[in-house]
Amino acid sequence: MPDRVYRAAPADALRVEALGDLTAIFDRRSMQTHLVIAPMPEILAAMGGDACGADAIAARLAGEFDLDGEGDVAAIVADRLAELAAMGLVAEA
Amino acid sequence: MRHSARIQVGPVRFRIGSDWRAPIAAIEALYVDYPRDDARPADATVHLFAARPWRRWLRPSVHIGGDFVVPDALPLPLAMGLLAAEMGMNLQVALGWRRHLLLHASAVARDGRAVILSGESGSGKSTLAALLGEGDWRLMGDEFTLIDPASGDALAFPRAVSLKNEAIAEMTARVDAARLGPLLAGTPKGDIRHLVPRADAIAAMHVPARPALILFPRFGGEAAIEPMGEGEAFVRLTEASTNYTALGEAGFAALARLVRGTPAFGISYPDSATGMALVERLWGETAR
Repeated sequence: MPDRVYRAAPADALRVEALGDLTAIFDRRSMQTHLVIAPMPEILAAMGGDACGADAIAARLAGEFDLDGEGDVAAIVADRLAELAAMGLVAEA
Repeated sequence: MRHSARIQVGPVRFRIGSDWRAPIAAIEALYVDYPRDDARPADATVHLFAARPWRRWLRPSVHIGGDFVVPDALPLPLAMGLLAAEMGMNLQVALGWRRHLLLHASAVARDGRAVILSGESGSGKSTLAALLGEGDWRLMGDEFTLIDPASGDALAFPRAVSLKNEAIAEMTARVDAARLGPLLAGTPKGDIRHLVPRADAIAAMHVPARPALILFPRFGGEAAIEPMGEGEAFVRLTEASTNYTALGEAGFAALARLVRGTPAFGISYPDSATGMALVERLWGETAR
């Protein structure tokens, strides 16, 4: 399956507050609050302003975190991206 | 409305109107010592009105109305007019207030710092707060606590405490009878009797307090304390807030700030004395 490409929400659209193990994300566009756990906040942070796919994000995360033994990171990121898209926090580019 | 009263509880100014004198007289008696400013307009209006004009004469019952109407509000007999007024006030605040983040929680304060107790009906939060408010604490409210989005402070809403069922006997043994309203027996919520907060709590109703401790009490079972993470406290308080969604980002920011700056615990207790002891213990150990 080709790597789907996503774009992060505009920088001013989300307000992100880390609350211990949970991260609360307020989406100013929908006025909705989303509660997520790792690796969702890390994926959002790694996306930056570019349109990017799971492979590219996995590579960026591997540069920041020790992901040895975490399995197929790109596949995990692809699943999480689809969930973030369902929440409206990222969009397919 | 043929009869009306103006009262103020914390920052909220109410106008309560009724087709009958009795509920208004009962409200005025309970709130006679509350400071008020009649020159300023009411924030919320509560109407206790007859469903049909002739019912005022035939078989009096009170329906609750106001700025917001809840279609399935129970028609209550006239003898329950006081309860209807209380429910009406709660509804207007829960549905209409926008200036502060509203938590369905009781609160007490000491030295300018607040303990917020959040829980469902039956958790004992109201009784615990009322009992603490008879001791070394200032009762801030038995039902609602308001969080100021600008300062993060807790604001009091010290309405007359709504004592229910077993709590009635527990409190009446401790307080001056002059502070108690009439016994409302057999209401849809069981037996109810209102307790006017202590004079110091009423006099200080405009004094904010810095949140120091958030507790989620659960009545029943063995005494236990369970530390709660910021995320879980956030989720629980969104559920305990009646206007979190309506406030948008201001509510989100206020709640995130509250849980990040305030230690939170779940507490279980088999009786009031144990519950009060747990509050004092956590206050001594964690409140700074």
